[in-house]
Amino acid sequence: MSNVSQRRDGGPRQRAMEIGVSLFTALFGAVVLVGSLQVGIGWGAEGPRPGFFPFYIGLLIIASSTVNLVQVGLADRRSGFAEWSQLRQVLLVLVPTAIYVVSIRYVGMYLSSAALIAVFMSWLGKYHWSLTAAISIGTSIAIYLMFEKWFLVPLPKGPLEELLQL
Amino acid sequence: MEEIFNLFHGFAVVLQPYNLLVMLFGIVLGVMIGVLPGLGGANGVAILLPLTFSMSPTSAIIMLSCIYWGSLFGGAITSVLFNIPGEPWSVATTFDGHPMAQNGRAGEALTAAFTSSFVGALFAVIVITFVAPLVALFALQFGPAEKFAIFFLAFCSFIGMGKEPPFKTITSMMIGFALAAVGLDSVTGQLRLTFGFTELLNGFDFLIAVIGLFGIGEILLTVEEGLSLKGRAAGINLKVVLQTWTELPRYWITSLRSCLIGCWMGISPAGATPASFMSYGIAKRASRRGDNFGKGEIEGVIAPETAAHAAGTSALLPMLSLGVPGSPTAAVLLGGLLIWGLQPGPLLFVEQKEFVWGLIASMYLGNLVGLAVVLTCVPLFAAILRIPFSIIAPIILVFCAIGAYGVHNSTFDVIVMLVFGVVGYVMKKCNYPLAPLVLAIVLGDRAEEAFRQSLLGSQGSIAVFWSNGLVGGIMALGLIALSWPLIQEGSARLRTRLPRRLL
Repeated sequence: MSNVSQRRDGGPRQRAMEIGVSLFTALFGAVVLVGSLQVGIGWGAEGPRPGFFPFYIGLLIIASSTVNLVQVGLADRRSGFAEWSQLRQVLLVLVPTAIYVVSIRYVGMYLSSAALIAVFMSWLGKYHWSLTAAISIGTSIAIYLMFEKWFLVPLPKGPLEELLQL
Repeated sequence: MEEIFNLFHGFAVVLQPYNLLVMLFGIVLGVMIGVLPGLGGANGVAILLPLTFSMSPTSAIIMLSCIYWGSLFGGAITSVLFNIPGEPWSVATTFDGHPMAQNGRAGEALTAAFTSSFVGALFAVIVITFVAPLVALFALQFGPAEKFAIFFLAFCSFIGMGKEPPFKTITSMMIGFALAAVGLDSVTGQLRLTFGFTELLNGFDFLIAVIGLFGIGEILLTVEEGLSLKGRAAGINLKVVLQTWTELPRYWITSLRSCLIGCWMGISPAGATPASFMSYGIAKRASRRGDNFGKGEIEGVIAPETAAHAAGTSALLPMLSLGVPGSPTAAVLLGGLLIWGLQPGPLLFVEQKEFVWGLIASMYLGNLVGLAVVLTCVPLFAAILRIPFSIIAPIILVFCAIGAYGVHNSTFDVIVMLVFGVVGYVMKKCNYPLAPLVLAIVLGDRAEEAFRQSLLGSQGSIAVFWSNGLVGGIMALGLIALSWPLIQEGSARLRTRLPRRLL
């Protein structure tokens, strides 16, 4: 999103991050403009065309992003967005979660959820494997009973559930 | 008097055993949600929304609104015992609540917090009972232009009253509108802004956005700050409760003032968080013991808690009577209505009497049950917070994923949720407010529809928004709200200049 570079006291600048965010929102506004122009922003047979409303929304996004960008100039140059060590913690949570949300489609909700809890407990919490296994598998079973049996909400299933014929 | 009759009818609905069970379940879940980091009223209700798909709308709204009451109560527990506000609106409660706990008066602080919450909620529910039907009756005459004016007012007050920089609020709100526009255009049935991606046909569901922005985003923030939980023992028993209750009536002025502040801020969509801060600030100035605020003054717990609950509850008034939610959680409840096949707005009071009055009756009973539950089970709920983060965090993530999946049974939505989570984390760090974004996604389509219909009626002339006193008045109010920061600054300057000139 922004060009973060490591400096003396570690971590990206708040300023760099804010500039990045306002550029990103301006870009988003531009995408909305393009999309609106594609479907027509004028006045059609049935009144305003579909792009009429989003077009002005897009203009407003670009305008307010520009103001935000200018106001960043008034911000403190030295304050940091976050320490590198903090961002590493965030990534430690984010990366397993990203793998988790993608894997749900392929191995089902129950197996991937148990795996996510197990990874967190053994990686970040350094728990003994027996407790890890008990809590991760226990949670999946509890979720199965609560959603599938009690509230009748089916969750995605993978090869394992097919094997168990659930 | 018709309201009283309807209310009794509502009680008859709520007192059915199944609905009572659902209510208790909702309250307990809600308190847990309020206690857990990363889960709050809005995303808690959003995650559990899929649970209600197989229920009747009335039972469903009872459960979800009780989750909301529970989460309002739960926020106070963490503020007092752990100095961690479970919810943004409990931040002000930590100022005096935690010092009280440090002085060994945790029981007193908790009793005061819960009781004030109850008083605030009760006041707001009474307001809803008598005012909401009138507002709805009035709103039945609204045409598209008036409807758009109401949306305009709601969004303008967000920009003018929010504590974030106004242009950041505008950016975040407009992004919400743009996301709402993606997919099928509700007026012409044409596709727009999908850029050929079939996944975007149905647009972005705000429930996914809520779960991602508030749930995942909040967890990432918690991780970054690093969790160090040093809790105080709860130490609450019947004797402390009764003793505190005999003390509370002394502070009735603070209570009443906080109720009024809360209701006002809740109905105009400023929300519970500013209400709690404002109420705390005014109480501090008005109290004889104002200097002791921050060191463990019981009045400093009463004021923000009463106002936060009054605001949180009265946020449902515009949601029920106008179809314009006053808070993100009210927005999620409104989304629920749409999913259950009900049309939010003034017609609810005419067509869905059982639903509306069942909900209002459940507010009375739910808050009473909630008070009893939290007073008796505080140690149990506090124990939840002592579960190590590396166990509770993945479980919260799993529930977020299930909630996001459940909305449309789509695994793609779960990925979208995570993207929203990262966006929410960055936005929060850069001081962009999230609530306007969510509200814009919820209301975007309806605001646009009202806008386009009004323009259709007037053949494209913007003057339709000033065509009569009513619509013009609402629009003018909106413009005043929009320029509120400027007005405030101007009057402050005048005040500082005038005395000098007189000298």
